[in-house]
Amino acid sequence: MSPVTTSLAAIFNLNHSAHVVEWHFIQLSVANLVVIALMFVVFFAALLLPFPGAQNRRKGRS
Amino acid sequence: MSALGKLWSKDETKPWKGGYQHYDLVKEASIAVGVVALLALLLTVLFSSPDEKPSTIAQWSRDTPINFVATATDELDGTSPTAEYGPPYNHNSGSVQHVLFLHPQRWLGVSHPINTSRDYVIGPLETIPNDPELKSALAQYKAAPEKQQKEWAEAYGKPLGEYETAVEEKKTPNEKAVSVNPSTGAVTVQASGAGPVPVMIGSLLALARSGGVDGSLLTSNQFFQTDYTKPLLFMADGSVLAERAEAQHLLGEQWGMMNETGSYPGQVWLWLYTLWYQVEPFKSSPNADLWVMLIMGLLSTAFICIPFIPGIRDLPRKIPIHRLIWREHYAAGAAPPAQD
Amino acid sequence: MSATETPPQSSWTVKLRERAVEALPPEKLLPDGQPTYVASWIYIFGVASIAALVCLIASGSILALKGPAWWHYTSVGHFFNSIHLWSVEIFFFVMVVHLWGKYWMAAWRGGRTRVWITGAVTFLVAVPCALTGYVSQQNFDAQWISTQAKDGLNSVGVGAFFNVTNFGQMYSYHVLLLPLAVVALVASHVLLVRRHGVVPPIDLKSRITPAPAAAAAGAAGRQGAPADTQPASGARS
Repeated sequence: MSPVTTSLAAIFNLNHSAHVVEWHFIQLSVANLVVIALMFVVFFAALLLPFPGAQNRRKGRS
Repeated sequence: MSALGKLWSKDETKPWKGGYQHYDLVKEASIAVGVVALLALLLTVLFSSPDEKPSTIAQWSRDTPINFVATATDELDGTSPTAEYGPPYNHNSGSVQHVLFLHPQRWLGVSHPINTSRDYVIGPLETIPNDPELKSALAQYKAAPEKQQKEWAEAYGKPLGEYETAVEEKKTPNEKAVSVNPSTGAVTVQASGAGPVPVMIGSLLALARSGGVDGSLLTSNQFFQTDYTKPLLFMADGSVLAERAEAQHLLGEQWGMMNETGSYPGQVWLWLYTLWYQVEPFKSSPNADLWVMLIMGLLSTAFICIPFIPGIRDLPRKIPIHRLIWREHYAAGAAPPAQD
Repeated sequence: MSATETPPQSSWTVKLRERAVEALPPEKLLPDGQPTYVASWIYIFGVASIAALVCLIASGSILALKGPAWWHYTSVGHFFNSIHLWSVEIFFFVMVVHLWGKYWMAAWRGGRTRVWITGAVTFLVAVPCALTGYVSQQNFDAQWISTQAKDGLNSVGVGAFFNVTNFGQMYSYHVLLLPLAVVALVASHVLLVRRHGVVPPIDLKSRITPAPAAAAAGAAGRQGAPADTQPASGARS
């Protein structure tokens, strides 16, 4: 087992072997899968969530 | 509109003549920096970052001495991956890639010459003082013709190669032919016709265990050195790095290019680059690296040139995600239903 | 205002100043208003990318102050290394979401081709910038990544002059050369956005047209109307 520097500040210790999701020929670590999923969630949230300042914009249009 | 735009696009988008809203650009940028900094801080406090200690040649020679000895013998007889690699390390062709008429690896030539027998074996051994047996073995080896040198090294390397193959295939290796002394860590190889090679490799193993090879490979040209090519290639020729990498899901076939050590997120943006290596014909091609680089070069160029590519540049109109983005604007403008 | 009454016609300084002010007058460089169609959270990802880049450079500068080995043997150093690593993850995350948004807006329209190009090249330069960082870590990850990446780079001949196993070279590229390139690209990207403005909405009434001449009969926009106002047979980008 190779020595690993102790992470003093970490609340969650991620210094253990990664869990991997396999689907056909695709292998993705859970961490990477979470990042990719979050990107899609954030993208669609950005598209769908209402944006503040509508009154300001109405004044600008009139 | 710029000249480039006029040349390539029939786009008639005109400057905005409509209304404006108040907006504080500097405040927004400041808030963004604050929020992102806080997010980075939060992730740091929650997860920190990985720092797996590097492998050293000393560790390698102590933990897996047979693999070290087998690799060193391959370096001596010029059959290691680095010895057979080709440019930029030498003029061989073991890892030289080409696609059709493209031979860029050859064209750019040998810029970082490595002579594996001299750099990895003879050079470090020559730094060992006060060892008459080693001095005599080295003299005998250097005085012999190249053909004889190769025969000695191959004779010594053959049982080692068979041992390593058995271990790789998870069979029982022949421990009569190759064995390790548990107290001294010395490796004994039953090989006849190996000449001075056993003494040389045995001394190299002892030097490696003391840390001498790490230092020797780094400072061989000058005192101050920041180029770790030689020690890294030596370790990469053995199994010390690959074994750790496999345990960390970093091998190519494990999509390792995207991964980080431990359970940390890695380099997700490399997904398309590594994907090609997982599918035929690239998966089993000896020229996979060059093929993948060419494909990614082409796709990257296409990415830059999206505004010029019909079809790709028209997709945003066809799939109207923009209606979500500008829904307030379209509603305020009371435009008739789209007919595109 | 010129320091002399009549600056010489051949003054490079005056020519540069006049060109710069013409391209980007102060109210365009630092505007205090934006079009009313900028009304979506998707618009924050550009500035978020810049913010992440600022965090990267700040944390990277602190790491550089104490040298490349510092973070391995002090917890403060490790802390700033963590900030740097998570800033990288955030940077690529928000930059790609920004890219997705800009693609679906067809943000290259209206003479904004160079905005798209500078943005795309920024991403493509950021990738090797990150690579040089990963191989400069001086730990096992750096050992593995460098011994693997060398094969891809050697195959295209780049390995002859860009040696990922040469720590000194990689550290220099990572700390100075590639960040300079990224910052220069981001600066030109942002200045081009300031010059051309944020891309107006796609006109819902627009059509594909084979003949650009038809666009000459186009309707004028009314206040608040979609900016790429088109005739019935208007052009499509």
